[in-house]
Amino acid sequence: MVDYLLTEEQKMIKELCHKIALEKIKPVAAEYDEKEEFPWPIVKILADSDVCGVYIPEQYGGMGAGIMGMAIATEELSWGCGGIALAFAATGLGTFPILLFGNDEQKKKYLPVIASGKKLAAFALTEAEAGSDAGSIKTTAKKDGDYYILNGTKQWITNGGEADIYSVVAITDKTKGARGATAFIVEKGTKGLEFGKKEKKLGIRASATREVIFTDCRVHKDNILSREGMGFIVAMKTFDSSRPGVAAQAVGIAQRALDEATAYAHQRKQFGQAISSFQGIQFMLADMATQVESARALVYSAARMIDAGSKDIAKVSAMCKLLASDTAMKVTTDAVQIFGGYGYMREYPVEKLMRDAKITQIYEGTNQIQRSVIAMNLIKELAKNK
Amino acid sequence: MNIIVCIKQVPNTTQVRINPETNTLIREGVESVINPFDTYAIEEGVRIKDKTGGKVTVVTMGPPQAEDALREAISLGCDEAILVSDRKFAGSDTWATSYTLSQTIRKIKDYDIIICGKQASDGDTAQVGPGISAHLDIPQVTYVRKIEEISAGHAKVERLTEEGYEIIESKLPLVITVVKEINEPRMPSLKGKMRAKNAQVLKWNADDIECNVNDIGLNGSPTRVIKIFTPPPRKGGEILKGDTHEVVAKAADLLKNVIIG
Ligand SMILES: Cc1cc2nc3c(=O)[nH]c(=O)nc-3n(C[C@H](O)[C@H](O)[C@H](O)COP(=O)(O)OP(=O)(O)OC[C@H]3O[C@@H](n4cnc5c(N)ncnc54)[C@H](O)[C@@H]3O)c2cc1C
Ligand SMILES: Cc1cc2nc3c(=O)[nH]c(=O)nc-3n(C[C@H](O)[C@H](O)[C@H](O)COP(=O)(O)OP(=O)(O)OC[C@H]3O[C@@H](n4cnc5c(N)ncnc54)[C@H](O)[C@@H]3O)c2cc1C
Repeated sequence: MVDYLLTEEQKMIKELCHKIALEKIKPVAAEYDEKEEFPWPIVKILADSDVCGVYIPEQYGGMGAGIMGMAIATEELSWGCGGIALAFAATGLGTFPILLFGNDEQKKKYLPVIASGKKLAAFALTEAEAGSDAGSIKTTAKKDGDYYILNGTKQWITNGGEADIYSVVAITDKTKGARGATAFIVEKGTKGLEFGKKEKKLGIRASATREVIFTDCRVHKDNILSREGMGFIVAMKTFDSSRPGVAAQAVGIAQRALDEATAYAHQRKQFGQAISSFQGIQFMLADMATQVESARALVYSAARMIDAGSKDIAKVSAMCKLLASDTAMKVTTDAVQIFGGYGYMREYPVEKLMRDAKITQIYEGTNQIQRSVIAMNLIKELAKNK
Repeated sequence: MNIIVCIKQVPNTTQVRINPETNTLIREGVESVINPFDTYAIEEGVRIKDKTGGKVTVVTMGPPQAEDALREAISLGCDEAILVSDRKFAGSDTWATSYTLSQTIRKIKDYDIIICGKQASDGDTAQVGPGISAHLDIPQVTYVRKIEEISAGHAKVERLTEEGYEIIESKLPLVITVVKEINEPRMPSLKGKMRAKNAQVLKWNADDIECNVNDIGLNGSPTRVIKIFTPPPRKGGEILKGDTHEVVAKAADLLKNVIIG
C-alpha cells in the first residue's frame, strides 16, 4: 500500500478499527445484512474502544483526530461492513452541525455523550419532495414565544429511530428563500417527534433508514444551531465536512472487494490453472487496485485540507466523494465478475459489497449533484481569477 | 484490590518449529503476541479492578521486546507493567520461570490475587501458575472458569473439570489460572493505546528481585530436554457399514483384537 505518512495516532486508529472490522464486524456482517437488524452490539464495542469520538475534540471527550481520523475509522470499519459502519458514520453526519455551528453550551451538552458512544446522532434534511433540491423542503418551524413548533416529515433518515440526537433543517420563513431555513437539535423523546417504519433496502441493510415525523413538536430556541435563517448554510457546510466520510466508506467497501477478488482469483482454477494467471483477470485486478488507491489518496488529501482549516473545501470534498463512490461501484462490480457465478451468490461476500457500494453514489448529494458543485466552483474560480 | 497478571509473549503461529539440534523453539522471524490464554487473565484482572477498585499490575519475564506485550496489556486496561529481563534468565524451565516470577511478586509485595493463563501456547506445560503458588506458599486454583465472589481476603471460584465444575473457596492471596470460558476479552481502546504508548514500563533484573543465581536460568532449571519430536499423525479410523448385526459383530471382533491383542 502507498505510505500516506500517517501520524502515530492515525496509525493507531487504523490498526484498532481494522482489528474491530476483522474480528467483530466481518464475521457477523452477512447475518446483519440478512436480518436487517441494527448493530447495537457493535456500536457498544466502538463506544468502549473510544472510536465513537475520534473526530470530536479532546475537550469534549473525543480523540481530536479530525476529519482524517474520521475517514480512516470509517474506511476500516466499512471494510468490515458498509452498513454497520454507517451507524458510526451517520452519527458523524448528525454531529457535524453541532461541531461546526453549535455554541459552547450545545457542544458541552451533546458532544461528550456522542464521543463516549452513549448516544447516536442523525441528520434530517431530505423529504419526499425534496432530495437533490433541498431548498424545497416543507417541514416548518413556527415561532411561539421561546419555542418553535415543528411540523412535517423527513424521509430516509439514517439512524432514524435509533439515534437520540437529531440535527433537523426546517423552514422558519418561506418568504426568505435560501435564508428561510433554520437548523435545530431535537432529542428523541421530545413530544411530537415520531418515527415511521424501517425501509427495506438494496444494500447497507444493517443500517436503519426511517421517516422522522414532527407533529406540533415544540423545540426550545436554545436548540437552534447558529442563527435563524442559517439552516441551508449549516446543511451545506456540514456536507463539505462529511463527504470525505462517505468517500471513506466507499474506499473501505472497494478495498474489501479488491481483497476478496485477489484472494479468489488466486485460488479458483479453470483450464487447469488459477484464474489469476490469465492476463484478462490480472489487468482487471491491476485497474481495481489503482482505482482504489487513487480514491483513497484524494479522500485523505481532502480530509487533510479540511483539518488544516482550508476554506476552499467544497470542491475537493465533492471530488473525493464522486471519485470514491464511482470507484466503489466499479470495483465491486468487477469483483463480482471475477467471482463469476459464485459472485452472484449470497454465500459469497462480493454481491453484498456491490449492493452496499451503490448508496455511496446517492446519499449526501447524488454524484450528479457533486459534479454540479465541482463545476460551479470551477466557474467561480475562473471568475475570481479574471 | 491489588491484582497481578502474569503474561507471556509467544510466537504468533500454531506451527511453532523446533530446532532439531538444540531441541528448542525457533523464535526468530515469527511475530510475537500475548499468549492467547493470558488475554483472558488480563480481562479478568481488569474486571476485578472495575468491581473492587485497586490496580492491575502486569508482569512478564522475557527478552526486551516483551515490553510490547506489556504495553498491549496496558491498552487493555492494566495500570502498571513490569518487565523482568536479564540474560541470566536465559534457558529457564518452568521451575526457574516460576521462581523468577515469584521473586518478582515478592518485590511487588502487596498482592491479593495473581492471575495466570491456563497454559502457554508454545511451552504448553501449564506449570508456571502452580509453580508460582508453590514458591510463594499460597493457595492455587487452576482452570478457573468463573469468579463468583471476591472480596478482601476471600474468593469463591468455579474450577472447570472434565466432568463438570467444582466450586472452591479460598482465602487471599491466591493464584488462579484461567480458561477461556471465563470471559470475552475486550478490544483495546484508543485512549488505552495512547496511555500504553506513554506509559512507563518498570524494568527489573535478577539483582533487583534478589534472585539466587543458582535458581535461575539454565543453572536453576532441573529439566533436561532429551528429545523433542513430532508424534506421527494418527491413522484415520475405519467406518463400518452395512447390516447392523454384521457391523456390531465386526466391531466386537476389532475391539477384542485391541484389548486382548
Ligand atoms: C439509504 C439512504 C439513506 C439516506 N440517509 C439520509 C439521511 O440520513 N439524511 C438525509 O437528510 N437524507 C438521507 N437520504 C436522502 C438522500 O440524501 C437523497 O436520496 C439524495 O439526496 C437524492 O435525493 P432523491 O432521492 O430525492 O433524488 P432526486 O433528487 O429525485 O434525484 C433523482 C435523480 O435526478 C438527478 N438529479 C436531480 N437534480 C439534478 C440536477 N440538478 N442535475 C442533474 N441531475 C439531477 C439525481 O442525481 C438522481 O439521479 C438517504 C437516502 C437513502 C437512499
Ligand atoms: C521441556 C522444556 C524445555 C524447555 N527449554 C527451554 C530452553 O532451553 N530455553 C528457553 O528459553 N525455554 C525453554 N523452555 C520454555 C520455558 O520453560 C517455558 O516457556 C516457561 O517456563 C513457561 O512455561 P510454559 O511456556 O509451559 O508456560 P505455562 O506454564 O503453560 O504458562 C502458564 C501461565 O503462566 C504464565 N507465564 C508463563 N511464562 C511466563 C513468563 N515468562 N512471564 C510471565 N508469566 C508467564 C502465563 O500466565 C501463562 O499463561 C522449555 C520448556 C519445556 C517444557
